[in-house]
Amino acid sequence: MERRSVLGYGAAALGALGLALFVGWWQVDGPGGPEPDGRRPLPLTAMEFDLTDHQGRPVGPDTLVGSPTLIFFGFTYCPDVCPTTLADISGWLDALGEDAEQLNVVFITVDPERDNVEAMAEYIGYFHPAIRGWTGTEQQIALAVEGFRATYEKVQTDGGDYTMNHTASVFLFDAEGRFVTTIDYHEPRDFAVPKIRRAMNEEKTEGAT
Amino acid sequence: MKPHRIALLVALALPFGIATSALADSDDIVVENAWARASIGTSRPGAVYMEIRNKGDEPVTLTGLQTDLAMMPKIHRTATDEQGVSSMSPVGEIVIAPGETVALEPGGLHAMLMQLQRPMEESESFLLTLTFSDRGETTVEVPILGIAARGPED
Ligand SMILES: [Cu+2]
Repeated sequence: MERRSVLGYGAAALGALGLALFVGWWQVDGPGGPEPDGRRPLPLTAMEFDLTDHQGRPVGPDTLVGSPTLIFFGFTYCPDVCPTTLADISGWLDALGEDAEQLNVVFITVDPERDNVEAMAEYIGYFHPAIRGWTGTEQQIALAVEGFRATYEKVQTDGGDYTMNHTASVFLFDAEGRFVTTIDYHEPRDFAVPKIRRAMNEEKTEGAT
Repeated sequence: MKPHRIALLVALALPFGIATSALADSDDIVVENAWARASIGTSRPGAVYMEIRNKGDEPVTLTGLQTDLAMMPKIHRTATDEQGVSSMSPVGEIVIAPGETVALEPGGLHAMLMQLQRPMEESESFLLTLTFSDRGETTVEVPILGIAARGPED
């Protein structure tokens, strides 16, 4: 009896320890681990959407697989965060020099109502030439945003106008289309170029992991 | 002072950046490093940034903006939440404590110029008047930089 209860306590203690370890793993490294957007973006190979680039060509996630990719959501009527981020991205691309040519860099609008192909073409023309602008139907934009686990929302302003709330993080994918990391709006901008290099080098270290 | 003398003074002052110092009705308020981004046409809103310093011994309250460039100039704040989602909302009054500086900078506070009356052309400038609750007004000349500018030096 006594021995059994000791064993019982031991087993319970072990069980509790195991559970604690499991919960810890789940929350830190496991599927329950925190992601910048609550949920991890899908690999590009698992996304499905059809958009149009600023030159009027049909594009989608397949267009991006094969080269490392940097993606940002925004809209051209955005006075503050979007031009700032596009200017930041332009600076990072300048810092990468010739290596920037290996990257897909795409600005996807969340405001297709106002951002047609012409508006996108004109707007991105003010930033680094590697940046491409994608737009499309409301439905296809929604599908794209969902794949990245990003969000956007139309908000009325007092002038009878509207603005868009949207995920302002920059998403990085490796050449295989796997999500690598995000560059968040408020993190130190010095971290950005090393993160982009990491996404670019991911293919070379493949198999080592 | 004779009119031609005034013209000469203005001509002399312009290249040295009246832009970055208040034309001032109040000596206690100093506006520095003002700049704006160029606009594409007039349908998109513009954004203006600057630093507003209160050199006085009393708090000052910024209550509004005026410019002939835009029908609806308003102070806005951009906030980015933990999910990385950015949103913008109007800010009421801004109280600046004695000796403090409030920075309007990308990703934070900005003067949002809605309903532009003319395009904001790069390398031009415009006048923006800041209204304070009890210290009158301060007018600044704001230089317009490129769309891809990140700060007053760009
Ligand atoms: Cu605003």
